Amino acid sequence: MNHWRFPTVRSGAFAVWRRNIMVWRKLIGPAVVMNFGEPTLYLLGLGFGLGHFVGEMSGMPYLAFLASGIIASSAMTTATFEGMYSVYTRMDPQRTYEALMATPLEVDDILAGEMLWCGTKSLFSGIAILLVATLLGVVPGWQALWVLPVVFLIGLCFAGMAMIMSAIASNYDFFNYYFVLAISPMFILCGVFYPIDSLPDVAQGFVQLLPLTHAVALTRPLVAGGELTQPLLHLGVLAAYGAVGFYISVALVRKRLLV
Amino acid sequence: MNTPSSPLASARGLVKDFGRHRAVDGIDFDILRGTCFGFLGPNGAGKTTTLKMLLGLAPKSGGELSVYDLPVPERAREVRARTGLVPQADNLDPDFSVAENLRTYATYFGMKPDDVGDRVERLLAFAALTDRSEAKTDTLSGGMKRRLTIARALINEPEMVVLDEPTTGLDPQARHIIWSRLNELREQGTTLILTTHYMEEVERLCDELVIMDHGRILDQGAPKALVQRHVEPEVIELRGERAGVFADDAQGLGCRVEQMGSSLYCYSHEPGEFLGRLQSATGLTFMHRPTGLEDVFLKLTGRELRD
Repeated sequence: MNHWRFPTVRSGAFAVWRRNIMVWRKLIGPAVVMNFGEPTLYLLGLGFGLGHFVGEMSGMPYLAFLASGIIASSAMTTATFEGMYSVYTRMDPQRTYEALMATPLEVDDILAGEMLWCGTKSLFSGIAILLVATLLGVVPGWQALWVLPVVFLIGLCFAGMAMIMSAIASNYDFFNYYFVLAISPMFILCGVFYPIDSLPDVAQGFVQLLPLTHAVALTRPLVAGGELTQPLLHLGVLAAYGAVGFYISVALVRKRLLV
Repeated sequence: MNTPSSPLASARGLVKDFGRHRAVDGIDFDILRGTCFGFLGPNGAGKTTTLKMLLGLAPKSGGELSVYDLPVPERAREVRARTGLVPQADNLDPDFSVAENLRTYATYFGMKPDDVGDRVERLLAFAALTDRSEAKTDTLSGGMKRRLTIARALINEPEMVVLDEPTTGLDPQARHIIWSRLNELREQGTTLILTTHYMEEVERLCDELVIMDHGRILDQGAPKALVQRHVEPEVIELRGERAGVFADDAQGLGCRVEQMGSSLYCYSHEPGEFLGRLQSATGLTFMHRPTGLEDVFLKLTGRELRD
């Protein structure tokens, strides 16, 4: 069997997605606290605290700047956690994939379902942040709802890469590498807390390669108001990262499980 | 469709390599519809690998394999849609209750959770878990988990159920319940394939078996036929420190003698005279019994310790 053959996704992916949402429903209490609690803390703490000194950034109140960036980074971390810790748990210690693969489901369907679920969780976090930001009065209008499909796409984008990490992990500690080397730098560098044009030139070019930069470039104008620049480029980068991540993770999980 | 006489599953020269280690070394078998077929062998014989190949969960390294006349692994998806698998280690979904495990598993076969209510009820009754249907799976005993895993393997009404060591690690009561359920299934016409290293399990369930070791099939046939083919009809087992003293005696009276640990096994067609001699000996424990699969198994696979 050629593990690198192109993935085929069937409707079975929705059965995997459904399984995950059924489990999530059972744990909805802590999930909702996490979805609302964390962004609220960031927005109140940093938005008001730091915002008091910063005032405006890129022509908008700092709270609005922050909220429109956090919605992207939160989609990133939500999908990343799910695609690493949860996917790995189901794949290895919990042996859920072993049970799934005894049915007509293939690795392709399973990971497609996982990815959809990661996107869905990112969407939940996006809805929570949008609500909080609206209550804090920094969302100018209904056009902000367009950020929700974008947040879903951001979730898919980061899910693909996280699942690659799960496919090559031999324990949970391995994920620290990816967090320290990829997720944390993006969180700090990609325009969530300050505009990327305040970075040195070299760094500005570098962060253009990172998906979170493109995610923020979409969410900021959509949430805080303003003009979208090059939306197709940004959407394309996110979709490409997601698609390539999905393909590689499917191949690596096949290699890992079909032995 | 298969005709009743054509095999449900068939392998020719099936090979599986893990790097330089050959786990399955060119085996042939035919499994007939409606029968219970056993793979008996010590740990590491290649039994589990063979089952995984049957379902396309491990790619084969060589040979021909077909199930329901479909080539595997090319059409393994269709094979799995019509087959149930009971894996060696339970992999029930710990996030769900007993009934939810069954309902959710049905969706993986493309069924709608709302359409399987009756089937789930029936399977819960079959597994004697009706009153535990809302329990979390981690509160179940080992036997209950096994029964639920078997029920789960039946959710798609399979033509064939593949069981990898279905009763390993269970207490005697739990094993007997599993055996009675498996016999029920076979009587309903479901083909069963199982691996085991319990002779009793094979003798109770299997119509036909292969004895495997080091990736090869050593022999195959019905349990009784194998016993007749390989060992004398009776055996006297001597235990204790003085057992060895009788080895020459036994051989002199036409017994085939094998030593294992501190026990001496004397196989014979006519054990009467040797028995008479033992009865007059003091301080000796011995047991006289008809031979069984265990004797065949030990003769074919050797008596040395396996990991």
